[in-house]
Amino acid sequence: MQAVSRYLKSLMLLELLQGLNLTFRYWRAPKETLNYPEEKSPKSARFRGLHALRRYPNGEERCIACKLCEAVCPALAITIDSHQRDDGTRRTTRYDIDLFKCIYCGFCEESCPVDSIVETDISEYHFENRGENIVDKQQLLAIGDRYEERIAAARQQDAAYR
Amino acid sequence: MIDQLITLLWTVVKILAIVIPVTVSVAYFTYFERKVIGHMQSRRGPNQIGPLGLLQPFADVAKMLFKEIIIPTNASRFLFLLAPILALAPALAAWAVVPFDDWLVLADIDAGLLFVLAMTSMGVYGILIGGWASNSKYALLGGLRSAAQTVSYEIAMGFALVGVIVLSGTLNMTGIVEQQSGSVLSWFWLPLFPLFVIYFISGVAETNRAPFDVAEGESEIVAGFHTEYSGSAFAVFFLAEYANMILISALCAILFMGGWLSPFQGIPVLGDTLLGEGGVHWFLLKTVFFCFCYLWFRATFPRYRYDQIMRLGWKVFIPITIVWIMVAGLFRVMGWYGG
Repeated sequence: MQAVSRYLKSLMLLELLQGLNLTFRYWRAPKETLNYPEEKSPKSARFRGLHALRRYPNGEERCIACKLCEAVCPALAITIDSHQRDDGTRRTTRYDIDLFKCIYCGFCEESCPVDSIVETDISEYHFENRGENIVDKQQLLAIGDRYEERIAAARQQDAAYR
Repeated sequence: MIDQLITLLWTVVKILAIVIPVTVSVAYFTYFERKVIGHMQSRRGPNQIGPLGLLQPFADVAKMLFKEIIIPTNASRFLFLLAPILALAPALAAWAVVPFDDWLVLADIDAGLLFVLAMTSMGVYGILIGGWASNSKYALLGGLRSAAQTVSYEIAMGFALVGVIVLSGTLNMTGIVEQQSGSVLSWFWLPLFPLFVIYFISGVAETNRAPFDVAEGESEIVAGFHTEYSGSAFAVFFLAEYANMILISALCAILFMGGWLSPFQGIPVLGDTLLGEGGVHWFLLKTVFFCFCYLWFRATFPRYRYDQIMRLGWKVFIPITIVWIMVAGLFRVMGWYGG
């Protein structure tokens, strides 16, 4: 009896029609895909993208060459050299990040006592030549200067949860 | 002399009048396919080239034509290049007898249905020769699979057509459509419903489309018979496959869904409007619906195993069609349909 009903069922293509019905519903359903360069999905304030070095409002760079970021970096992507200035404060002479080594874990930002090194929400960047993957201090400071407003706004937004 | 030239010119014009629209529809069929399947898989499909991606087919064609045709070492060069042409020519030739409207048919021959049947089964030679001439295991297996499958389903397809012939009493395509005139209920899909379903499914199998596309089953034999083809030679195979798909859709529309006849025929209010009158638009609409079904199937069903395909063809379709031919004969004798 069961065999007969199964036979009739398959003869009437019932299961195939169910499948067709499913794909038909998906055909009509609205699509979630974004047209990427024109449309972008929203980003979290905690997004970890390209790095930047920040300055204080008076123009002094924040970094005090404590080398905590260099120590904590699990991928050994950060290289720092430092010297003592005439006024007795310490500053970096070299601050290189190898973006090929970097795993964008955000530990450098977490470890920084003066909120100097940060990961911005910039995710669209590229290199055209060998060696450009290593960004130096001047480049990092330039990125920080250029996007300070965005960086500060993101930190502000996340401050309540830290 | 002048007369002959004019005849020749007219013939060429008539051929172009079929070939060019078919080629353009194939181009847009590929676009339609990518859109429909994309949407069924929650994607958007091509939408970058031109408005809504409408110029995508032309970009594809340009890419194909500028690619190099690589002829494998030890391939039979002549047959290798002949095969795509052998696949394409019958696919286009069969369009000669397709009636788009009661006056719009290139060759209104009496044995139109036989001609179509002959032409659609010729296409397999292109695939078989292409598979053999490539001198590749994959291509050879693909060609053999395709040949076995086409031969098996040809029978079920032919039997389904016998049902149509029994009811219409003619082999002329225009005549078959005219026999169906009346209303939706007098179209042949109703008395011949099992044959209609079997015809379309066999058509899908005959054109080697999903879920019967083991001839190019990429998980086992790379790309089947066209593994070794590239550039415009591949494009011709592609064109043949899609032209065949549209042809099968058009035949389904003609043989079972009343061709150019309007589904609202006989409803008094609509009598003179575009809705009530039969015409090319109804034929195209029905054809597009079946083309859509092809894509719908492809987006829905997983591929059949090879022995399952053979089982379906020989043990299910052929017995059902034979039985239903008897039933169609009964309809005819009792005078319920046809005649």
